[in-house]
Amino acid sequence: MMASPDDLKFQEFEEATDLLSADPGASTLSMSGTSSTAPASATGDIKLDMSDNEEGQEESSELLGGEKRTSAFWTFEYYQSFFNVDTMQVLDRVKGSVMPLPGRNFIRHTLRSSPDLYGPFWICVTLVFSVAISGNLSTFLRSMGDSQYHYRPQFHRVMIAAVVIFMYAWLVPLGVWGFLTWRQREERQQSGYSFLETVCVYGYSLFIYIPTSVLWILPFEWLQWLLIVVAMVISGSVLVLTFWPVVRDDTKVTAFGTVATILVLHALLAIGCKMYFFQTATHTITPEPVPTRSLNHTTVILTTKSH
Amino acid sequence: MAEVDESSKPMFAGLSDVSISTDIPVEGEINVPVGTSSQDDEYSTLDEPVKDTILRDLTAVGKKFVHVMYPKKSSALLRDWDLWGPLLLCVTLALMLQGGSVDSKEDEGPQFAEVFVIIWFGSVIITLNSKLLGGTISFFQSLCVLGYCIMPLTVAMIVCRLVLLGGSGKVSFIIRLLVVTASFSWSTFASTAFLADSQPTNRKALVVYPVFLFYFVIGWMILTFSQST
Repeated sequence: MMASPDDLKFQEFEEATDLLSADPGASTLSMSGTSSTAPASATGDIKLDMSDNEEGQEESSELLGGEKRTSAFWTFEYYQSFFNVDTMQVLDRVKGSVMPLPGRNFIRHTLRSSPDLYGPFWICVTLVFSVAISGNLSTFLRSMGDSQYHYRPQFHRVMIAAVVIFMYAWLVPLGVWGFLTWRQREERQQSGYSFLETVCVYGYSLFIYIPTSVLWILPFEWLQWLLIVVAMVISGSVLVLTFWPVVRDDTKVTAFGTVATILVLHALLAIGCKMYFFQTATHTITPEPVPTRSLNHTTVILTTKSH
Repeated sequence: MAEVDESSKPMFAGLSDVSISTDIPVEGEINVPVGTSSQDDEYSTLDEPVKDTILRDLTAVGKKFVHVMYPKKSSALLRDWDLWGPLLLCVTLALMLQGGSVDSKEDEGPQFAEVFVIIWFGSVIITLNSKLLGGTISFFQSLCVLGYCIMPLTVAMIVCRLVLLGGSGKVSFIIRLLVVTASFSWSTFASTAFLADSQPTNRKALVVYPVFLFYFVIGWMILTFSQST
């Protein structure tokens, strides 16, 4: 009679010591590390309760097996749970987004069920300013030989860049997540990604465009297209590696269609940014009603390559 | 008999014989000395000449400017925060950065409202970021620090405009570049000295990077300011 309560007590203490030893004060907990205690971690979607930042509360909520964040969405702690990352973690995630290896799913391997909003937000902001500033610089450098060219700050472009990039970073993950969740319900699959993880993947995958946009200042057309291809390959493969395991169980048409749509939208963003912000000299000069331009020789070279 | 009883019983035992009728009301007076200092303060700021009130605030603002120019890890800037200094600096900077009239509407520089919005919204977003990452600094303290640390950039703006008066060739561009770079580094360093202490060690870089980006963008706006011919 006395054996069973004692056995239960022992098991609880073992779990507690396992969890305590597995959590040496780190703010991210990976379910794969504590897989012995949480057999349900094989299927996606278990959220650790990262809401209150105190370590004690984290451990107790994990013991309780909490799946939902305990704070309501109108409290500050709810949003604090999205920023629960350290410097090294952010750097690791950025590294994971520029070096995609086959078999390493970004969400499963690098995020490990603790998506954050710090990375996507600040990467988008940096991308907005890097695209606008680099575009401004490239226009200035192209027209440096022209004595009549007057430098313009073109501040309007920052706002356009901001609108486009932030809409891409939020609406496309929303669409992808909505579509995948609908298919998952239809096919009754279990594995899927939460909305936050999708936003996180998209945000970090945009990181490669930041150095690309800075390198676009160099006025070589072939280099710019080469950079676009390289960035697309890296960034696109991160996305494909992440989403392919989810759609591959679906019908062939849906699977390939989804992946193709993701890649096409990503390419459109890159090419659109390049076209709008890094315009060739012809586009910026044509509105001016000045007949003779000393840049005629450069316009001839550039018009053969651009449309 | 009562006397014998009283001497042999312990103290206060006689009180058990005492009965208080509940009909008798108990009255008394309790006096707590209330400090009248708050009333005195209100009186004093109403009574003192206006010059003293204004000078007190101006001295506080001036002291903070000195703190920004020589950033030591003192907590005076944080403790007595005020937003007069940031407002003054922001208005000055926005007035000077106003884009002149250019040929096409798309290509002109930032307007007063745009600069104002960028500075204040940028400060608010950086403060929110710092608090979401678990910082211990309060909202207005952080706004105060970020606003005061714009001062080197405002000085750089004044210098740039003076340099531009002399001409806008390559030499002036290099001078402006050096001045803006120096002042932007100074701003970042000064605000980091105040803000970084409020974060846990493993998140300091996450808080400093947005501050760096913020001052970089403002520095860019100053550097690319050009008067319309």
